[in-house]
Amino acid sequence: MVQDAQAILKLYRDMLIIRRAEERILEELMQGKLASTMCHVSIGQEAVAVGVCSVMAEQDYLTSTHRGHGHFLARGGDVKRMMAELFGKETGYCRGRGGSMHITDAKIGHLGANGIVGGHIGIAVGAALWSKMSRRPAVTVCFFGDGGLTQGIFHEAANMASVWKLPVVFVCENNQYAMSLPWNKAAGQTSIQAYASSYAMPGLDVDGQDVLAVQQAAYEAIERARGGGGPSLIGAYTYRFLGHSRGDPSKYRDPEEEKRERARDPLLILRSKYPDVLDDRTTAQAETEVKAMMDDAVAFAEASPIAGASAVFSEIYA
Amino acid sequence: MAEYRYRDALRRALYEEMKADERVFIMGEDVGAYGGAYQVTVGLLAEFGEERVRDTPLSEAIIVGAALGAAMVGGRPVAEIMYVDFAALAMDQIVNQAAKIHYMFGGQFRVPMVLRTQQGTGRGAGAQHSQSLESWFVHVPGLKVIAPATPRDAYGLLRAAIHDDNPVIFLEHKGLYAVKGEVEDEPFVLPIGQAEVKRQGQDVTIITYSRMLGLALEVAEQLTSQGVSAEVVDLRTLKPLDYATLEESARKTRRVVVLHEAVKIGGLGAEISAELSQRLFGVLAAPIVRIGAEDVPLPANLELEKLVIPDAQRLTAAVEAVMRYQPMPTNGA
Repeated sequence: MVQDAQAILKLYRDMLIIRRAEERILEELMQGKLASTMCHVSIGQEAVAVGVCSVMAEQDYLTSTHRGHGHFLARGGDVKRMMAELFGKETGYCRGRGGSMHITDAKIGHLGANGIVGGHIGIAVGAALWSKMSRRPAVTVCFFGDGGLTQGIFHEAANMASVWKLPVVFVCENNQYAMSLPWNKAAGQTSIQAYASSYAMPGLDVDGQDVLAVQQAAYEAIERARGGGGPSLIGAYTYRFLGHSRGDPSKYRDPEEEKRERARDPLLILRSKYPDVLDDRTTAQAETEVKAMMDDAVAFAEASPIAGASAVFSEIYA
Repeated sequence: MAEYRYRDALRRALYEEMKADERVFIMGEDVGAYGGAYQVTVGLLAEFGEERVRDTPLSEAIIVGAALGAAMVGGRPVAEIMYVDFAALAMDQIVNQAAKIHYMFGGQFRVPMVLRTQQGTGRGAGAQHSQSLESWFVHVPGLKVIAPATPRDAYGLLRAAIHDDNPVIFLEHKGLYAVKGEVEDEPFVLPIGQAEVKRQGQDVTIITYSRMLGLALEVAEQLTSQGVSAEVVDLRTLKPLDYATLEESARKTRRVVVLHEAVKIGGLGAEISAELSQRLFGVLAAPIVRIGAEDVPLPANLELEKLVIPDAQRLTAAVEAVMRYQPMPTNGA
């Protein structure tokens, strides 16, 4: 894909927003500001979310996981209302009823971050089914992790998407660990690309720390789906820089491995590729702007009214 | 008025809804070329084509998941799970996904999907094809659960389920498909959440639903020879439950028997008897009695199957017991 300076800066900035938002979320969590104890951050994995979402069209859909802040922000979700949701406020996207694991904005085609690993893969296939049936040129991107790939529903979903040639792109964001279980102890077949051939769909393994590589793979898969070519499976190899959730010191990982992988920071990799575009002055300015965004988001969340009893007992049914 | 079999009444509802609304479509195992394992969808493929009558692979989880996803973005799917027993393969999609979407996401999505399935005994289908699992679904906030007993209710309530913007579990009964009953010629919709008094009586209320309605009406008729006037209330909708109708009937007769084909332990009868006992503690003339299946897997042998589920003898004995109940004498303080 042709990249101009503006596009490169946007990719960098979008990744930075996710990084700083999640760091801020962890800070607020430590201070007891969040309304729930459940929170999974994707620090280190930002290139997957940003690379894929950068080539989605306005009418497209996505489904996301319990580790979903990144997908949400990359798709254009409002960090203020996201923060409000995490603070359990009425102004949050889900009126305080969803929290971190269920962050969602229907208006941007986000069909929900889902707390059941693999549980949302069916939703993605269904959205793609209805897009096809109703002749809408919408593609659905389905993010899931290496844990999601080993769930049974992935098989059912990939098979149905293949046999019905549905416009869905499966993105396996392989951060190498399903909570504590390393990928090579979870899967007999460790090449994600290899799974795709079982379902007669294209598969592509990419370096998930390289936002441009992710973007290129996603572009091909999305345009293929939009053109009626059916589903694809992308395996994006990445790394969860922190623990599974707060309070996980990652004792099951080799510190040397962590050090090595953390050096492959998607922000640094992009800077090293475009040192002229992403020079010190530009990145410092981006930091300042993003910091202000986070301050605003926290201030908005703090000032918002708490979700009260009316939020608890309403909308159980449509 | 015309006479319909239960399966034909269901098909009429599907046909009319698909004619009226292009967003309505059917998906499930063998619903197309085969016409449905119990022939409910016969002819719909020819009428509406493969796009809207979709034969799926044998993949219950994705049948429900795909229906859910389609419903969230504008479709109105009617998915079929061939036997309720197979819903066990799709429970995450039903319980954690479909039931939660509207509430958990702050009302941002509607889930207008119907999950048609059938349950119950009567065909010697054995332990994995004969269960009555309605309690599983009734226990989950966010679902609606319907279990019609007559062709008229099957028609009117299936149409209502398709109109509803929430996930509806629509429980048919395999032993009812050939049962005939009157259905009006003019199209109509029945309200979800309303029980119906199917037989008026003064002395005792039998609360039931699905195929056990037939047993209740038969026993009620027999009881007239003993001078007992039994009222029979058909729940029709299991969630939300129509306690107003149940309470009204129980207040009148002061004696209640709850009858269902599902296992008695942890069944809907426990919920209903507990709630009515609480509401009418000083009014009832006898403790509420529950009749349900024994706590054993269902055997395939039809003669053995009969030993597990309620029959006329057990229901009659239960009614007689509540009729002759005498309160314990008090200490007379």
